[in-house]
Amino acid sequence: MIIELGHFALVLALAVALYQTVVPLYGAHRNDARLMALAVPAAFVQFLLVSFAFAALVHAYVHSDFSVLNVWQNSHSAKPFIYKITGTWANHEGSMLLWVFILSLFTLAVAAFSGNLPLSLKARVLGVQGSISSAFLLYIVTVSSPFVRIPPDRVPLEGQGMNPLLQDPALAMHPPMLYAGYVGFSVAFAFAIAALMEGRVDSAWGRWVRPWTLAAWTFLTAGIALGSWWAYYELGWGGWWFWDPVENASFMPWLAGTALLHSAIVVEKRNALKTWTVLLALIAFSFSLIGTFLVRSGVLSSVHAFAVDPERGTFILAILAFFIGGSLFLYAIRANTLKIEGRFDPISREGALLLNNVLLSAATAAVFIGTLFPLIYEAVTGGGKITVGAPYFNLTFGTLIIPLLVILPVGPLLPWKRGNVKAVLGRLKGALVLTVLAFALSLTLLDASVRAAFGIALGVWVVAGALEEWAGRVMLFRAPLKVVFKRIASMPGSMWAMTLAHAGLGVVVLGIVMSTAWKQERITALQPGGKVQIAGFEVVYKGTRKATGPNYLAEQGLFEIYRDGRKVAEEISEKRTFLGRRGMPTTEVALMHYALGDLYIAIGDQTKMGRTVRVYFQPMIQLLWFGALLMVFGGFIGLLDRRFRVGVAERTESRLVAQPAE
Amino acid sequence: MTRKQQRTLIIVGALVFLGMAVGLILYALRDTLVFFYTPAQLSEKLAQGKVSPGARLRLGGLVAKGSVKLNDDGIIRFVITDTAKDVSVTFKGILPDLFREGQGVVAEGRLQPDGTFVADTVLAKHDEKYMPREVAEELKKQGLWQHGDERAKGPEAIAPAAASTSSTY
Repeated sequence: MIIELGHFALVLALAVALYQTVVPLYGAHRNDARLMALAVPAAFVQFLLVSFAFAALVHAYVHSDFSVLNVWQNSHSAKPFIYKITGTWANHEGSMLLWVFILSLFTLAVAAFSGNLPLSLKARVLGVQGSISSAFLLYIVTVSSPFVRIPPDRVPLEGQGMNPLLQDPALAMHPPMLYAGYVGFSVAFAFAIAALMEGRVDSAWGRWVRPWTLAAWTFLTAGIALGSWWAYYELGWGGWWFWDPVENASFMPWLAGTALLHSAIVVEKRNALKTWTVLLALIAFSFSLIGTFLVRSGVLSSVHAFAVDPERGTFILAILAFFIGGSLFLYAIRANTLKIEGRFDPISREGALLLNNVLLSAATAAVFIGTLFPLIYEAVTGGGKITVGAPYFNLTFGTLIIPLLVILPVGPLLPWKRGNVKAVLGRLKGALVLTVLAFALSLTLLDASVRAAFGIALGVWVVAGALEEWAGRVMLFRAPLKVVFKRIASMPGSMWAMTLAHAGLGVVVLGIVMSTAWKQERITALQPGGKVQIAGFEVVYKGTRKATGPNYLAEQGLFEIYRDGRKVAEEISEKRTFLGRRGMPTTEVALMHYALGDLYIAIGDQTKMGRTVRVYFQPMIQLLWFGALLMVFGGFIGLLDRRFRVGVAERTESRLVAQPAE
Repeated sequence: MTRKQQRTLIIVGALVFLGMAVGLILYALRDTLVFFYTPAQLSEKLAQGKVSPGARLRLGGLVAKGSVKLNDDGIIRFVITDTAKDVSVTFKGILPDLFREGQGVVAEGRLQPDGTFVADTVLAKHDEKYMPREVAEELKKQGLWQHGDERAKGPEAIAPAAASTSSTY
């Protein structure tokens, strides 16, 4: 019964979403305040209906209602409670419902938190949000319903089980975070479409778009980091990023969103780069749509997936064509109505942010081409298969991102309009010294290759640059402590966000370079009692025993770890085979964290030569996760910035001259 | 600098940069692309002269039954077959979990002048049917797919097929 009510609520939600699209947009067109005002209650009702539908599906999962096809296909009664809940979105249909649920949540937030928005802009933004919601709800209701029942006489007693790889805490949170990121960019998209309709973008527009973009970016960063962390400890191959199309699908909106985050600053502060920023907002959300659909439709693995499911495939193409094609078309005919203002020298804060945008866009394009090239090739040649692997991405992405990291500390110190690189480098003396020192020390003391030393120096440059900029801002060592504390306390959230996110990125770079350059791996077959030497550790394989978990059988490899002849740890690495029809085994890595890095042990199959064992030492890999955490934390601090909430109503700003360097 | 000059400078700079980025992408694509063939396709391409020994490629098919041999020097030899043609493969290293005789495999490496294949990577990435996707597709095309439609039985038969199971996200 609840399932049918959920289904019904979803159909109603579709009707409300269509209403929320048509009425406010028409009202804005006719300048009818009454019609425009209806957008807010519509958003509220839609949120209630979608929430109910989503709750109904979660309910069916929690109660293992196998009369629901979707639950039967993806759940198992012996699954731990938490994975019964997260199983709701660990499949195509459920994840689409989660997507719409998060969209309705964001729409509600826009309706609730933008009391100061001009009525017509608000109506248009909510109308565009409604149109996105309509398309997704229509897709779910017609071809991707999670509420399909199995006829009563054929209801199975047990479900097929959830993909065991997904039964994991990090991955339980990964899709909601990722989707919150994707969907968050829909707000920026809606603002961009609304601006094109109104024919006006000003600094106030930039200020309204920034917090939503930042929220989306923060969630997306967290989602990608969680996914990468999961890949690291769950897949058992010692890597954390594989340039897999699925990963790239989430990375492209992140890159475009990062560019948007920066160009929106120029719109707000300088009233420049407006048409470009609007275009970026459209692109960021387009990549979010592509990411959502490509991953979920299976098209990325092969164009044949389209042929397997032509209904969904065609529908997906239609949605992509409508939103991406439609918005770009609107942009093409309306962009010239946005007046171009704001002059700046190439060497200026604006110039640096523009260069940031150009580099990020080129990097996005490189990832995009590499990801889709095999698909295009297969389609064009009628089935020819090629692989675009890590070497391509490392070469193109690496080449484009290095100059970005080089200019990163310089940009925030350049003044608006016109700047002087020499003067800025003078303010980065400490960072420069540290960078040269890091390069020299890595080469000599740490025995790094020139490439690794260059990478480490680059990471140090970014971190030290961010910290020195912060120190200069609070006048550390230049003013009495009392003044310094006062400046720290009054520093706006967006400035903290910048410092934390930039420093975090530098830390991530350090983690990537060090863990790649000094990674050690031993892949070997061991008999019980066999030993592996790695990074000063001695790993002794004691043998394998069988064990049972709540919904899986396990083979446990037992290991003892010695350092300097002393036993420091006993660890277990497991291979789990889950109940249900998905017989694919999963690996539980034995992971030990030390100050200098992680010791990582994964067991494989039993062979004639013994048990396959993969042992890795991952130097300083913790920096990778710590840096990502800093970036996410910075994002949240930025969202708390007072300016994003208070005084939003002022449409003009005269602070440009008064505030020289921010 | 006038406003016009400034804009021209920025636009020209952007275009030059764009050209460089495109060049970089094309260069990287040319150098890093890896083609996928089954043994039959490989012999066809060799005959046409489209592939020459030394080229880096991916070879996919089934591990021929009874062909896996482990030498004392740690070098593993096996045969990849699509039942039409065979290719002998040598590989030094640890085979992946789920590498099984009679089941699908993808080997990446270089073709030797004597027609054998030296792999540096062996992948046994697959879904629950123990078959890498590319291999399954090629076998289906050649009419050699024998696993039947087990999934069509049971409640699934009354509903649209489940979404791809090979995706791990």
